[in-house]
Amino acid sequence: MKLKLRIWRQKNAADKGRMVTYEVDDISEDASFLEMLDVLNERLAVEGEEPVAFDHDCREGICGMCSLVINGQPHGPERNTTTCQLHMRKFKDGETIDIEPWRAKAFPVVKDLVVDRGAFDKIIEAGGYISASTGTAPDAHATPVPKADADKAFVAAECIGCGACVAACPNGSAALFMSAKISHLGLLPQGQPERDDRVVNMVRTHDDLDFGGCTNTGECTVACPKGIPLEFIGRMNKDWLSASGK
Amino acid sequence: MAIASIPSLYRSTVGKKAIMAVTGVLMVLWLIGHMVGNLKIFFGLEEFNGYAAWLRTLGAPALHEGWFLWVMRFGLLAAVVLHFSTAAELTVRAKRARPVKYQHRAKVNGSYAARTMRWGGVIILLFIVWHILDLTVGTVNPHGVHGEAYQNVVAGFAPDRWYITLFYVLAVVSLGFHLRHGLVSAVQTLGLKNPRQDKALNVIATGFAALITVGFLIVPISVTLGVVD
Ligand code: HEM
Ligand code: SF4
Ligand code: FES
Repeated sequence: MKLKLRIWRQKNAADKGRMVTYEVDDISEDASFLEMLDVLNERLAVEGEEPVAFDHDCREGICGMCSLVINGQPHGPERNTTTCQLHMRKFKDGETIDIEPWRAKAFPVVKDLVVDRGAFDKIIEAGGYISASTGTAPDAHATPVPKADADKAFVAAECIGCGACVAACPNGSAALFMSAKISHLGLLPQGQPERDDRVVNMVRTHDDLDFGGCTNTGECTVACPKGIPLEFIGRMNKDWLSASGK
Repeated sequence: MAIASIPSLYRSTVGKKAIMAVTGVLMVLWLIGHMVGNLKIFFGLEEFNGYAAWLRTLGAPALHEGWFLWVMRFGLLAAVVLHFSTAAELTVRAKRARPVKYQHRAKVNGSYAARTMRWGGVIILLFIVWHILDLTVGTVNPHGVHGEAYQNVVAGFAPDRWYITLFYVLAVVSLGFHLRHGLVSAVQTLGLKNPRQDKALNVIATGFAALITVGFLIVPISVTLGVVD
């Protein structure tokens, strides 16, 4: 495949940045999106140019590091798929592809397509944990969990913390991410002791970090590579209202 | 919800939305009553003006004439101010949260109703101001006589003032869209949404929004078409 790429290049946090056009040729349809960028970077390195910086780690859709806005869509055009699991066969030969970093005040650009998602760590530090010491793996029947709750907690636990929800949200809100963490812990018995403090402190930290407020537009769940449902945001709202009323 | 925690509501993005939802629902309840009252115009001048006069006596003899109306007006004003100010603050926050825009903006997935909540809301606000000057205070109404609600409506939407009717149509359709998203959104905001009832909720919201739109528009349109005179 032959492609025209328009990529956001930005030297460092202080640089203004701009879109730069590159052409790549001979890209296999079976290549992943990141492999396609690897091909470009090898060529740039040979030509003595600075390779395009982008985040990645596992390249198998589980770590949450990859983060590209492709033609305006976080993680590209395929539903429930991370950038690293996206393949070039989803694009047309000769197509122009725009590649940009996540855009949010809370996720400042470090370089090119790499953003600092430390804001998510701060939200987790504010309550995304349990304080009970877990020790070694307990007997499976030591703490009974209703099947329906366990299943739901599992769905919430699928969140890989990639930040696509923030990138997609017209308000720049991290409600989906936060609600996944709050629901994941709040549905299980071990998460109950901190349940009220967790939601109040996480939401406050989220707001202090200059994320926007959720207005139920639903863009986040469409962009989310793990299909985290909006239902969890409703759950978070309920938990927050009940905790704030106490 | 303890009274003491209302300021904390106002400080949080989740709480601001809860304020919007509660004030929105209060306005919706009031709208239902307002719509039903309007429809009485089809039963003639006497019944309509009699109804308008009776509204003043609500709460009597415990309350002096008109007091109840004033309590309601202040309540509604508070609801509009709270609803609008929280909407404005969330809008400012949203702009601040994304200082650098995307070069390539994909078309959004959200519904038309969801995308027009802010501008639709502004149209509704302008409409509310005009509407009060027109049919409550009477300053911009060609008849504008207190106690003659029927004649005011007939004069306000007279056939040669079709452009006024057109503005009402635009505003009320905006309100319909606003409520289509708003009702579902409020249920989610208050944490009362059950995903298994999503379909039913959507049907109810669409039906209710359509009912409100038609129920409000039928009066000015009937006057402009000469059905009511
Ligand atoms: C004063 C002019 C108004 C403005 C500027 C305005 C603006 C807004 C905005 C920006 C939202 C949030 C949108 C979102 O969540 O995506 C909203 C929600 C809502 N509005 Fe309004 N609105 C106005 C008037 C009204 C009126 C007159 C009613 C009802 C009669 C109403 C009912 C609602 C409801 C029920 C919601 C849902 C609350 C929620 O999302 O939790 N609004 N409005
Ligand atoms: S909710 Fe989805 S989009 Fe948001 S951080 Fe988690 S996995 Fe990524
Ligand atoms: S690189 Fe790990 S999820 Fe994409």
